[in-house]
Amino acid sequence: MDLNTVWFILIAVLYIGFFVLEGFDFGVGMLLPFLSKHSDPQEQDRLRRTMINNIGPHWDANEVWLLTAGGATFAAFPHWYATLFSGFYLALFLLLAALIVRGVAFEFRSKDDNPRWRRLWDTCIFLGSAVPALLLGVAFANLVRGVPIDAEMHYVGTFFDLLNPYSIMAGLDTVLTFALYGAIFLSLKTKGEVMERAESAAQRLWLPTLVVTVLVLIMTYFYTDILTKLGVNPGFIPIAGAAAFLLSFYFIRRRQMGWAFILVAVSIAFAFLSEFMILFPRVMVSSLNPAWSLTIYNAASSPYTLRVMTIIAVIFLPIVLAYQAWSYWVFRKRISGLPEELTY
Amino acid sequence: MDSLLFARAQFAITTVYHFFFVPLTLGLSVLVALMETIYVRTGRVIYKDMAKFWGKLFVINFAMGVVTGIVQEFQFGMNWSEYSRFVGDIFGAPLAIEALLAFFLESTFLGIWIFGWDKLSKGLHALTMWMVAIGSNVSALWILIANSFMQEPVGYTIRNGRAEMTDFFALLLNPNVQVQFPHTVLAGFTTAAFFVMGISAYHLMRKQNIEFFRRSFQMAAIVGAFAIIMVGLTGHSQAQEMVRSQPMKMAAAEALWYTEDPASFSILTIGDLAQRRDVFAIRIPRLLSLLAYNQLSGEVKGIHDLQAEFEQQYGEGNYIPPVAVTYWTFRMMVGSGILLGWFGLYAVFIVMADLYDNRRWAWRIFPYTIALPYLANTSGWLMTELGRAPWVVYGVMKIEDAISPTVSGGMALFTLVAFTLIYASLMVATIYLLRKFAIAGPKITEVEEPKADVGFVPAAQPAQD
Ligand code: HDD
Ligand code: HEM
Ligand code: HEM
Repeated sequence: MDLNTVWFILIAVLYIGFFVLEGFDFGVGMLLPFLSKHSDPQEQDRLRRTMINNIGPHWDANEVWLLTAGGATFAAFPHWYATLFSGFYLALFLLLAALIVRGVAFEFRSKDDNPRWRRLWDTCIFLGSAVPALLLGVAFANLVRGVPIDAEMHYVGTFFDLLNPYSIMAGLDTVLTFALYGAIFLSLKTKGEVMERAESAAQRLWLPTLVVTVLVLIMTYFYTDILTKLGVNPGFIPIAGAAAFLLSFYFIRRRQMGWAFILVAVSIAFAFLSEFMILFPRVMVSSLNPAWSLTIYNAASSPYTLRVMTIIAVIFLPIVLAYQAWSYWVFRKRISGLPEELTY
Repeated sequence: MDSLLFARAQFAITTVYHFFFVPLTLGLSVLVALMETIYVRTGRVIYKDMAKFWGKLFVINFAMGVVTGIVQEFQFGMNWSEYSRFVGDIFGAPLAIEALLAFFLESTFLGIWIFGWDKLSKGLHALTMWMVAIGSNVSALWILIANSFMQEPVGYTIRNGRAEMTDFFALLLNPNVQVQFPHTVLAGFTTAAFFVMGISAYHLMRKQNIEFFRRSFQMAAIVGAFAIIMVGLTGHSQAQEMVRSQPMKMAAAEALWYTEDPASFSILTIGDLAQRRDVFAIRIPRLLSLLAYNQLSGEVKGIHDLQAEFEQQYGEGNYIPPVAVTYWTFRMMVGSGILLGWFGLYAVFIVMADLYDNRRWAWRIFPYTIALPYLANTSGWLMTELGRAPWVVYGVMKIEDAISPTVSGGMALFTLVAFTLIYASLMVATIYLLRKFAIAGPKITEVEEPKADVGFVPAAQPAQD
């Protein structure tokens, strides 16, 4: 295996890590207004804080997976980094704006008692979670669908070329999946009212998620050439992913949320894994001329840089995984939402 | 529409804004870790209260550092795609390494620190703050390695129209990093120390929580005095490095139009920028030579001579950076540095001579000194970056060749305005919160003297937020 392939795999791992981890905290953010409905404003606030405190210790570290994926793309495939982010300029702007207000909101919302202040930041958390979930789905759909890229590797389309029925459906799919995933996470990590609401949300979200996912799969067949031009045959992976998703319903119904969580995580991971396998060795498909697609060879850094980066990644990625896993271990207990338990 | 101008403005606003929060993170993380360590070692609860109080301000600031940093990570691709293609090989590497080595460390352990007060042992909890401190400073190292390549390109070759890395260690040992990293990190320590001193002074004047703020002031005074002296010394090394690697920046920073030997240092120059000459100038003879070479003579090249040299080397063009900005930002930084130096020494004097009482005017002044490091940090970066013009990578790539050809002026203007509005509103919220918590002061844990016969030691009650 050459180093270009190694880096393609590493970047895929970083994005998948990002979706599997940040997926549920996006979900919790999206559910914030819905699971906290209450006639008593104080009680509503307590429910919200219970939800936020569950992802409080983790959301930033989860987001760093995206930052690292961005940095790794820059280092290993500079042309991919350049074409993707200058091409999807306005979409990326929206994504960044959403992530900015979201990050600040977690930190700021509970530091003042004024209900208007809290409502403002809660809106930021909701939008800051829903908008990225939608945009990331749209962006990844466009990677495989193909976008207008010319012979100079320049994106020559507009913002609206990114919005087509296929990519929007895919965006909707990520939104629903993450909401479901977030509901399962909450039902694992809370007690009482929030837990019950999260469980019933998971039950209600499962079917719509399935329907949209099926639609996306059908549209993939019509909108992309990807199924006729497989990079690597993903083999059983998409099937296993689908099976995991279907099976998750069984556990959701029986309220065995641990299993449901693992299965949905697996189905998210396998869905993106399949996408990357199908894409390989391309990284961005040109809709103008297949020969103008960016690949792991024409977009790559020099072999020297790839070698240096490989050594560093091999040493440090396991360390990162170890201490992140430890941080989940530290906060493994359920939060019941008693005021003295809540930091944020 | 002028997309270059908008892209530059956006970059400048975003990085200056990011660096508004970064220095405090660099220094305060270490101070908070120190406080908590003292608590763990001595068991004195007041140090725990200190770690919590300053830690709360730290966390608010940190959040802003994080969210503004996210934009940084992507904006090279957004507005500077040709730059990214050209130097990605070299420049992307430290950025990716920074994320892997530093950002994961900071973010994971800060999460544990904030939420883990009653979930970890005391020692382990203090250790998580050290991890945050190490992460922040390691992050500074790697990003400055990237930035230093732009100031002084090393360890590369041009192949297939791109800069390719040939020597990773040359990149790490770049002479520019060796002076820039200590200067920047020490500037961060200075920022944090004066932040702590300023807020402590505010409360000392009002005679609130005197014990708490005395100890805070004392610790910050020692760190601050040391840091500001080192900032000056490392700044001096930087100036020497600059004369060697970027003589034009030094000439512009000194408004030195013609080569001099020995060279004089400008105290005040009013120049005629169109004609490129002085109208009025006060200069101290020989001081610039001293600054540049540690001796009383030595040639420092002037702007006109360098321009002629550059034209020969790189062809027609204007190689003169914006002289007025470079000149004045340099003065602002060094001026603030000198003021801070005096305040630092004065603070140490107060601590050593135990003059906490009867220092009303000092307590009145110190809160205002918080602004000085911020002024110096911003002007220092403006000088460093603008003095490099017209190059984005010194001697290798010009700014106008670096921008994204596919991003229109309208798009760039739109995001420029939108980002600026977002930043401005967040700034208001941040300052509101910092002020509120700084003025409210700490929650002091009441400790009853443990009675020897009972052997009862009251547990620290968890402070509520
Ligand atoms: C000398 C120090 C320094 C400089 C010049 C920069 N940064 Fe920075 N950055 C930090 C020092 C730092 C830090 C101290 O590590 C921060 C500030 C607060 C924080 O949370 O970490 C940070 C945060 C931070 C984050 C968020 C990390 C997270 O989510 O935890 C990103 C993505 C960047 N930075 C990226 C950049 C880029 C691409 C820069 C170049 C233009 C840059 N920074 C300049
Ligand atoms: C955080 C501290 C920094 C500040 C405050 C800062 C500020 C600035 C400013 C004011 C400019 C000039 C914009 C203009 O020409 O109009 C600039 C340019 C630039 N800087 Fe920095 N900078 C910082 C750090 C960095 C770092 C660490 C890097 C790279 C890793 C970097 C990369 C660039 C690039 C690519 C440009 C070119 C764009 C331009 O010249 O306009 N900067 N920066
Ligand atoms: C006391 C006298 C000082 C001197 C002689 C000095 C010298 C310098 C020089 C020569 C540079 C430019 C380096 C380059 O462009 O390559 C610089 C940059 C900078 N200075 Fe200072 N400085 C002083 C004080 C300060 C103070 C007090 C602060 C902040 C607390 C500060 C913060 C910075 C920053 C953030 C930069 C930009 C980053 C860098 O290039 O290191 N400086 N300084």
